[in-house]
Amino acid sequence: MVNELTANGSQWTEAAVWQVLENVKDPEIPVLSVIDMGIITAVQISNPKPETRNAIVIMTPTFVGCPAIEVMKKNIYEEVKKLGFDEVKVQVDFDVKWTSDRMKPEAKIKLEKFGLAPPPEMKDEELSEEMLNRVRCPHCGSTDTTLRSSFGSTLCRAIRFCFNCKQGFEQFKPI
Amino acid sequence: MNTAAVKDLLLKMADDALIIGHRNSEWTGIGPMLEEDLAFSSMAQDKIGHAQALYTILHEILGEANPDTLAFKREEKQFRCCQFVEQPIGEYDFSIIRQFLFDHAELIRYDLLTQSSFQAVAQLAKKVKGEIKYHVMHADTFVKQLGKGTEESHARLQKALNNSWHLALGIFEKSEFEDVLIKDGIFAGEEALKNRWLEKITPIIQSADLKLPVTDESKIVYGGRKGFHSEYLKPLLDEMCEVVRTDINAEW
Repeated sequence: MVNELTANGSQWTEAAVWQVLENVKDPEIPVLSVIDMGIITAVQISNPKPETRNAIVIMTPTFVGCPAIEVMKKNIYEEVKKLGFDEVKVQVDFDVKWTSDRMKPEAKIKLEKFGLAPPPEMKDEELSEEMLNRVRCPHCGSTDTTLRSSFGSTLCRAIRFCFNCKQGFEQFKPI
Repeated sequence: MNTAAVKDLLLKMADDALIIGHRNSEWTGIGPMLEEDLAFSSMAQDKIGHAQALYTILHEILGEANPDTLAFKREEKQFRCCQFVEQPIGEYDFSIIRQFLFDHAELIRYDLLTQSSFQAVAQLAKKVKGEIKYHVMHADTFVKQLGKGTEESHARLQKALNNSWHLALGIFEKSEFEDVLIKDGIFAGEEALKNRWLEKITPIIQSADLKLPVTDESKIVYGGRKGFHSEYLKPLLDEMCEVVRTDINAEW
C-alpha cells in the first residue's frame, strides 16, 4: 500500500493518514480501529520547509486513565511514520470530549459480534441506571438482562447477566 | 490569572485523587465479593488517571515538575491532600462511606469547574465528570442497600458515617487563595462546594435510613491542604514510592 501511494505521489495527504489509521486497533477491543472508536479528532499535515512533511494526529481518550492510550499512541506513530513523513507527532488532548456517541454505527455492530454489548446512545441525556439498562444480550438478543456491576475487566466495561440465556456478558458503558 | 492560586487548587485535587486512588487499589484481590474487587480496582485506575491529567496540566501549562516527579518524588509535607483520603481502607463499611462522601464532593467540584475561566481545567472537568458519575452511582447503590439492609449493615454504616463526618468536612478546608479563585472565575470556592454537597448527600443519607451526624466545628479535621498530615500518609508514600526510591534517577 505504501508503494502504491508513493507511486501516485499522494502519501503525504490527510486522507492517506486517515486511511492507515484504520490499521491501528484498540488493544482492549481488537475488532475496532481507532477510527471506529471515534478517538481521532484531527489530522494535520504541514511542510515547514519545501522538502519536509510533518504529520500531527490528535486523539482524545475514551477514559482519562485508560492504560491503552500509550499503546495506541505508539501504534499510531509507527503506522503513520510508514508513510514516509519526516516527523510524526501524536497528541492527546481533551479539546474534543470523547463520548460513546462518537463510536461509529458500524463499530457498534462489530462490537456486538465480538460479544460486547454496545453502548446505548446518550445524546445529551444524563447518565442513569435506566440508561445502562437499555441493552440487549449480545449472545441471544434478549433484553431481559440486569446490571451486575457497573465496573468490569477494563475501565470502559460493565458486567451484566442475561436471564434468557443465563449467561453473563460485558457491556461497553455509555459515557 | 493568579498562577499560585491555580497551582494550589490543582495540586490539592491531584493529590486527593492520587492518594484515594492508591487506597482504592488496596481492595484489589481482597474485596468482599468479586464485583466490589473490580469496582474499587477500576475506580483506583480512574482516580490515578485523573491525578495524572491534573499533574500534566501543572507541568505543561503551569511550569511545575513532570507528573512522575510530582507523584513519586515529593516529601510528605509537600502533599496537599485532605486527611480523609489518607485514612486506611479499614473495613468495607468505612471504604464505601468514604467513597460516598468524597466522590459526591469530587463530582460537584468538577461540575463547578466545567465553568472555570481556566480552559484546560474546564475541558478536563467535562470529561472527568462523566467518569465520576459511575463512582457516585456505585456509592449511592451500596449506601442505600446497606443502610436499609440488615440490623448489622445499618449499624455498621451509621458508625462509619459518624466516624467519617469530621474527616469528610476537612475536604473543604480553605486556602489563602479562596477569594482570588472566586474573583477570577477559576473556581466557585470551598464554601459553595460544601453547601451543594450537603444539599446533595442529605436526602440520600435519609433515604438510606441513616442519620446525618451533627457537626462540631472544633472537631473538623483540617491541615492536609497546608501540608499537615495524619500518621497514615507517610507509610502510604513509603510504600507507593518504594520502587522509584530504589534508584531515584533511573529512566523508565
